Amino acid sequence: MRHDHIITAKQLSREDIEAVLDLAAEFDRDLSGQADRHPGKLLALAFFEPSTRTKMSFETAIKRLGGDVIDMGPVEYSSVTKGETLADTVRVIEGYADAIALRHPMEGSATMASQFIDVPLLNGGDGAGQHPTQTLLDLYTIRENAGLDDLTIGIMGDLKYGRTVHSLSHALTNFDTRQHFISPESLKLPRNVRYDLHEAGAQVREHESLEAVLPELDVLYVTRIQRERFPDENEYQKVAGQFNIDLETLEDAADDLSIMHPLPRVDEIDPAIDDLENATYFDQAHNGVPVRMALLDMLL
Amino acid sequence: MTDIDTELRVSKIQNGTVIDHVTGGEALHVLAIIGIDGSGGEAVSLGMNVPSDRMGKKDIVKVEGRELSQSEVDVLSLIAPDATINIIREYEVTEKHRVERPEAVTGVLECPNANCITNAGEPVETQFAVLNDGVRCEYCDTIIREDLTEHIES
Ligand SMILES: [Zn+2]
Repeated sequence: MRHDHIITAKQLSREDIEAVLDLAAEFDRDLSGQADRHPGKLLALAFFEPSTRTKMSFETAIKRLGGDVIDMGPVEYSSVTKGETLADTVRVIEGYADAIALRHPMEGSATMASQFIDVPLLNGGDGAGQHPTQTLLDLYTIRENAGLDDLTIGIMGDLKYGRTVHSLSHALTNFDTRQHFISPESLKLPRNVRYDLHEAGAQVREHESLEAVLPELDVLYVTRIQRERFPDENEYQKVAGQFNIDLETLEDAADDLSIMHPLPRVDEIDPAIDDLENATYFDQAHNGVPVRMALLDMLL
Repeated sequence: MTDIDTELRVSKIQNGTVIDHVTGGEALHVLAIIGIDGSGGEAVSLGMNVPSDRMGKKDIVKVEGRELSQSEVDVLSLIAPDATINIIREYEVTEKHRVERPEAVTGVLECPNANCITNAGEPVETQFAVLNDGVRCEYCDTIIREDLTEHIES
């Protein structure tokens, strides 16, 4: 893989993805045995909005590789509140660290920031835009449970604002996959994502309910529908329950259906499902560490 | 009447730009793109929906004392793909170009996504990739298909 930065899932070819996943699998077999790989390297955590899990998994990944983190701390105490631009902030951090993991509330922030620095930048989520490291851990999880070719996946929930969905659906076009998108009308895929999927020649279908497609699925990827996305509480109440799953919902599912969720969940997945063999969302979260280790190893 | 006759009918200019073969009815958008609203004092002549052999109807815009930059010509191509640009010096046409659709336009359009980093006061110019039927922000991926001229940076 030859990349200076990891900004979007769109930049990753099938070969890139497989290289990352293969190395992640190697690390996964011995997570604590990798400390001699990057001793002394520093990863800066530039998190402009809270994200416990992405941040902790980046921190764990660099420490497992023998490196360490520097952290700018909560935004409210940083120079950002004094009006410093992001462009300036990353140029300053570049002088301290060997790589930067950036989480920022605005779309395109990672692309812009990368233009100002020479150290590798990893996009840890830019607004409703992209979240490529999440995509790679999603792909890692899918590959382990269902394989990445001849795959039928259902992606359900908030497809409009869900950046993990945008990154994942694009990355899946590198493989032999059929993608079913299940959402309320008001939270369908945005125009730019449809455009990309069309350009990539993806096999895509859209639905307003899970029922009809459930039996065909190898993977069901559930995302959270955020109440605040709806202008009207009634509108939210009308759709919310339809996109939640419980044991009864799954009666028509294939026995080996793998259920995923980028977490945190609220009530999209009934806790009764957690004990099923098919519930992979906690493994999925753990997979963030070996996958981010692999990415850091390739970039540093 | 030929295109040349029509062009001559609109008053000659000494130094400036003649934008010919603009899609009929788009002349005011062309002025918007090049940032002319009359307040800058330039002398501007317009011919709108004049007969054209090649196009049926066309607009012509003549601006005294102003030469177009490449980025202005680039955006122009998005709304007036058949336009020709004539640079006039001392009443003579010294350069004549057809506009070409660029691969990208830089620093000309504003991104309509309020949450796009290009709207956050950062030291970057907007950049849009040109698609077959619109443009797309290179930062946040937002696609604009309709009313491009409403997104011209003021
Ligand atoms: Zn934008």
